[in-house]
Amino acid sequence: MSVNGKKPKFAMYWAASCGGCEIAVLNTHEKILDVDANFEVVFWPVAMDAKYKDVEAMEDGEITLCLFNGGMRNDENEHIARLLRRKSKILVAFGSCACEGCIPGLANFSSIQDIVDTAFTTISTDNPANIRPQVSFAAPEGEIHIPTLNPVLKTLDQVVDVDYYMPGCPPESPQIAAVIDLVIKVLKGEAELPPKGSTIGAGNSTVCDECPRKRNEKLIKAFKRIQDIAPADPDLCLLEQGIPCNGPATRSGCVARCPQAGAQCIGCYGPAEGVVDYGARLISAFASVIDSDKPEEIDQILDGLVDPAGQFYRFNLAGSLLRASKAAQMSGNR
Amino acid sequence: MQHISIDPITRLEGHGKIEIFLDSKGNVANSYFQIPELRGFERFCVGRPVEEMPLLTNRICGVCPEAHHMAAAKAADAVYHVDPPRTAKLLRELLYSAFYCTDHTTHFYALGGPDFVMGPTAPVAERNILGVIHKVGLEIGGKVIQMRKYGHTVIEMIGGRKVHPCTSIPGGITKGITEEQRKEIEEMGRWAVEFAQFSLDIFNQIVLGNKEYVDLILGDVYTHRTYYIGTVDEKDKVNFYDGKVSVVSPSGKRLGKYAAAEYTDWIAEHVEPWTYLKFPYLKKIGWKGFVDGEDSGVYMATPLSRLNAADGMATPKAQAEYEKFYSTLGGKPVHQRLATHWARLIELLYAAERWVELVTDPEVTSPNIHTKPTEKPTEGVGIVEAPRGTLTHHYWTDERGVVTRANLIVGTTNNYAPIQMSTNKAATSLIKDGNINEGLLNMVEMAFRAYDPCFGCATHSLPGQMPLEITVHNADGEVVDVLKQYVE
Repeated sequence: MSVNGKKPKFAMYWAASCGGCEIAVLNTHEKILDVDANFEVVFWPVAMDAKYKDVEAMEDGEITLCLFNGGMRNDENEHIARLLRRKSKILVAFGSCACEGCIPGLANFSSIQDIVDTAFTTISTDNPANIRPQVSFAAPEGEIHIPTLNPVLKTLDQVVDVDYYMPGCPPESPQIAAVIDLVIKVLKGEAELPPKGSTIGAGNSTVCDECPRKRNEKLIKAFKRIQDIAPADPDLCLLEQGIPCNGPATRSGCVARCPQAGAQCIGCYGPAEGVVDYGARLISAFASVIDSDKPEEIDQILDGLVDPAGQFYRFNLAGSLLRASKAAQMSGNR
Repeated sequence: MQHISIDPITRLEGHGKIEIFLDSKGNVANSYFQIPELRGFERFCVGRPVEEMPLLTNRICGVCPEAHHMAAAKAADAVYHVDPPRTAKLLRELLYSAFYCTDHTTHFYALGGPDFVMGPTAPVAERNILGVIHKVGLEIGGKVIQMRKYGHTVIEMIGGRKVHPCTSIPGGITKGITEEQRKEIEEMGRWAVEFAQFSLDIFNQIVLGNKEYVDLILGDVYTHRTYYIGTVDEKDKVNFYDGKVSVVSPSGKRLGKYAAAEYTDWIAEHVEPWTYLKFPYLKKIGWKGFVDGEDSGVYMATPLSRLNAADGMATPKAQAEYEKFYSTLGGKPVHQRLATHWARLIELLYAAERWVELVTDPEVTSPNIHTKPTEKPTEGVGIVEAPRGTLTHHYWTDERGVVTRANLIVGTTNNYAPIQMSTNKAATSLIKDGNINEGLLNMVEMAFRAYDPCFGCATHSLPGQMPLEITVHNADGEVVDVLKQYVE
């Protein structure tokens, strides 16, 4: 499996993310040892001494596999994304942030000024001079710098070319283990890589297809909030109980963990295979369970969804056709 | 003027960086610990239903999502003026205790502990978890993995998922546990107690048994006389999930205790233009800059702070260790930051004992896990102790329970001013008359590692270890020296 006696090189990197992807990889437990046995881990800040300068010194394409998590929140995130793209043969957008923006992508509903203003005017903020962080600050002793925030949060493939997508917030550990196995087999010549651009480490259907809850094709007269019916019937479809569950539009791969725990799917595995617009698919799924043909009543039932924008684009706003609100997009044209 | 830039090699990851300026004599004039990122949760939580806060704010930090999940759930309870049934609270705190065991274990064995177990002067290549395994014995590696596995197993059983739990909702929890699960959790908890005792034994042998290490802990470089805060129960014992936040002065006097809803009477956040993160301080004392003492509102919120702010531990074995801690270190409060590592292990033991206590409660398997909210939602605050400090979530909602405003003061943020002060002091102590001590990197790193800073939380960027690179600039900005650690 080695090439010229050398093991293939592995890297994992985090941009604007929460660290949960790293924890999910560590939670594969013994698989980490497989990675160690089959790869030379050259760059992985959470697990080993980071050697950023070594990466810069590498030949282009020298890293065989790079798992990249996190979104593009500032100019530094983009810089390292470009660097790792250049140095990596296979670049995987790893986890929801890199694939589709994830929760931090909800920032794209607001302008960047609004986001910074909010943070620096909260109830506990003592800011009489109305200070905002400055990218370049002339301290009495000299000038110091912090990165520039992007007007909108971008996904990895909005900045660099991506070979594969691995969804999930975070990707489930058994799925990660399976992908590691696959790549090792490919390196041994025992398997082939899927076509470029494929989604890996996930299913090809929806969360509903994996969900053990029973569906009776029952229609609903109202959307309900989880706290109003909890604990939900443990055996029945949550959507049929009126809970706005994102299962019908969301890609399978998680074994319906949240619905199994009595909580609705919130869509962290992103759009199901073939779904171009996640929100549109979910709207049609919700519409199909509404028990009414009277427009007024339908409107009233839909009013039960208290946050349609968040409901339909919770994890995938940055990667969706919308990408961002007009206010957010305009904030780049200061 | 000379300019030294201490950058995590991961500066492009948004970890934080330190800029040090020297005066004309080559002594430290000032330093700046900068946080380079902001994700804006306080803005984009607005417009979302409050029951989603425990799910969305999870994503602030994948290392301690459990803390955000709990603080947000408690705030959502408060928004609806609903008190969850006792079983729901038992289950939430049980999950939380298991999480603490996992998190404190990771820190002691992989992040902070190696400095001690291997010795602060050990080669960098050995000051890591593998070095610890090598020195203490191979079986320790297996135990650490086992502890992490057990912790995550409980988190998944109660929280639905190993990372980013999903079961806490306004009024309680979505799912209970069966008797079979209870037994399994109890067995793991009893093992965790043994593991915690074993960890304290290691600390005793290797650290307390070595005069050099004890001197290092007690040394002035790592000492700051600040205020301390931490949550206590009704008997003023440390609690991670619920209680009032106790505030003690540098001389150990209790200034008072505040309930979650009263936090704005006590805490305010100072702003500096050179960083994306704010500096919390005690409002009653006031912001006096990055200075120690009774007159400065700077406070710390860490395992050491929690011990200082409380009267003891609520479980017997941890209480015995608590007493030993203060008798060894010369009474309360302990100001030496490096003692935080020891305090963390005492908390590990408490969390494990508490885990057993909660899982053996006769009501823990009761099906009564949720109280339906009936009152009009308004405003609420939830506080828990995150491993890295007191975590405050505050939400205002409209009459439908949709968030109209949010305020978050997260674990590590509490310690931003003390971290800035500790790194500044370490730099000042080591850079004299233009001589930049080669030990600076390690000493500065140890200064902030004691806080277990998780900038995933604080800045909504990333957690973990912070490799450093120090670049020394002369008065003209030319690079005259580069010191590296974790770089080559």
